[in-house]
Amino acid sequence: MTDAPKTPNTTDGVDVVDEEPQDAESVADQRRRVHEIWVSGTEERMPFASTTDEGAQELLPRDEEPALDIQLGVTVEDDFVGPEMVIDDERQIINMGPQHPATHGVLRLQVELEGETVRRVKPIIGYLHTGMEKTAETLTYAQGSTNVTRMDYLSPFHNELAYSLTVEQLLGIDVPKRADAIRVLMTELNRVASHLLWAATMGMDLGMVSMMIYGWREREVCLDFFEKVTGLRMNHNYIRPGGVAADLPDGWEDDVVNLIEAVTIGIDEYAELMDENPIFLDRTMGVGVITPGECKQFGVTGPIARGSGIDWDLRKAMPYSGIDAYEFEVPTGLHGDVNDRYMVRMEEIRQSLHIAGQVLETMPPGDYRNPDPKVTPPPRQRIDESMEALIHHFKLFTSGIHVPEGTAYQSVEGPRGEIGCYLVSKGGTRPWRMHWRAPSFAAVQALPAMMTDSLIADLIAALASTDPVLGDIDR
Amino acid sequence: MSDVTPPVEEVAVDEEAALPRELPTVGSIAGLLEAFPDATFTTRKYASSETVYHAISVPVSDWVVFAQAALEAGFDAFIDLAAVDHFGDAPRFEVTVNLLSMTEANRVVVSTRVPYDDPTVPTLTGVFVGANFYEREAYDLFGIDFPGHPDLTRILLPDEWEGHPLRKDYDIGAIPVEFKAGSADL
Repeated sequence: MTDAPKTPNTTDGVDVVDEEPQDAESVADQRRRVHEIWVSGTEERMPFASTTDEGAQELLPRDEEPALDIQLGVTVEDDFVGPEMVIDDERQIINMGPQHPATHGVLRLQVELEGETVRRVKPIIGYLHTGMEKTAETLTYAQGSTNVTRMDYLSPFHNELAYSLTVEQLLGIDVPKRADAIRVLMTELNRVASHLLWAATMGMDLGMVSMMIYGWREREVCLDFFEKVTGLRMNHNYIRPGGVAADLPDGWEDDVVNLIEAVTIGIDEYAELMDENPIFLDRTMGVGVITPGECKQFGVTGPIARGSGIDWDLRKAMPYSGIDAYEFEVPTGLHGDVNDRYMVRMEEIRQSLHIAGQVLETMPPGDYRNPDPKVTPPPRQRIDESMEALIHHFKLFTSGIHVPEGTAYQSVEGPRGEIGCYLVSKGGTRPWRMHWRAPSFAAVQALPAMMTDSLIADLIAALASTDPVLGDIDR
Repeated sequence: MSDVTPPVEEVAVDEEAALPRELPTVGSIAGLLEAFPDATFTTRKYASSETVYHAISVPVSDWVVFAQAALEAGFDAFIDLAAVDHFGDAPRFEVTVNLLSMTEANRVVVSTRVPYDDPTVPTLTGVFVGANFYEREAYDLFGIDFPGHPDLTRILLPDEWEGHPLRKDYDIGAIPVEFKAGSADL
């Protein structure tokens, strides 16, 4: 604004009123002039050829008009970025998350961009940290599986199994054959459910919203079965030190048969949708590559490492719960890109269903809990009959399982990699220290190796392919 | 790969990596342990399995050297690093690293102890890049210093957090529940 003094009087208002028509005229003049220029220019460039029926649709010869080539896309002239326009401070730092929908939770990626190219990535975690390792020190061994099942909320059975096996290692006890078979059945179906959810969210991140609906649909079948067995859809607290909480319900065989059939039909559909889909292949092939050496250095295990060609599966190499009695194969990839991880996970679903089918045929009869009364609470009817059973029940639920002094580590092959539990006991009924080996934690620190110097759209695909669960990372 | 690991595993060690010390024969993975006379080891068996793994304890001065020797002996996959607070024991803090040999399907859990007044463990990030986040976590929750770490900052807790919560002398911060059922002003 100028420093002209304001004179709010009547003459000023008259002036304004006088000027308004002049302004309106001038605007109209300008428009007319622009129109004339436009029309005359058009006439000069494109004289309407009235000699043919096509009229104005006829294009000029190419050699006459270079602009027409640009318009037709024959000549591409990028007028936004020229070599002389690149300046040194082109890089900018963008925060992706913690509320970004493609980060699968509250992961925050600090991304340094140069145009659309990612130059540096720093994952920043901790937004979901709830101190569950500290909480575990205040809970008894019997209560502990309620805690660990909430860490990786997409593979609760695996978490419970790793925890229970570690406690059993400290106790030096075994579980009955039927408990092992139930554990294998539930963990393998949990792997199916987790991979289905991964396929769904992966599809959503890549723009295939129908894949998201399909994945959730088949996962629902699995969750229905979990609910029937354990009473809960997630956070089951079903696998406990000494066995499992309850025997399988009546008619579980039919449920498993139906589940295997439904999921098999489903993943055949996904294969039709994605395997040959050129858009999907373009988005995934050669994207987010991680080498086998990087996997070992960063501690990346599971489908990511197998996608890079590392033939490593704890179920084969360090078998637990008698899983080596079942026949299955370990799929591996070649290139270590997003598409290989997709193929590995889809094949793992088939292999897990294959294992579940074998468990169905060979489920041994018998008890589903260790008979040791210091570990397993007595059956309800025994409490009415036996004083000892009543005492054991009371001691077990007031003080808990007494675990001898020692240190133990045990791991299982989770859907995201090696889920390990490191327990330090100094006697008593509560762990002195529980450390959780979270597979997503290792995968997230390997994100810079996957994402550096890729496009930002490929960053989304690479992140989705690692299948991060923030409850597992932050604990 | 599918074979169950035999309990006794002979691991070839690089002769150049072995330190020029007197060479006692220690245990089953002697090849790795030969060069480290101060290292003690135990063999543990997994639950519901016949597979075993080895727990090795080394002095803090051998920490990085042992990790390097383990890497060259085939334990090239970094799996885990954890800290433990043995409150009341003389060397109070324990740092454990979990290494895996994927070619031989063998696992070692290497640990070392450091005192309370000098909780310093040299960083393993020069040997295993993956130790980065795990050492940040141990620093964050236990206050263990890892000299040489490229970015030793808090990882799970906010930067302005005071104290290291997984130490045993850190209060768990429970809020006492006040029962007011009988009071008049309820």
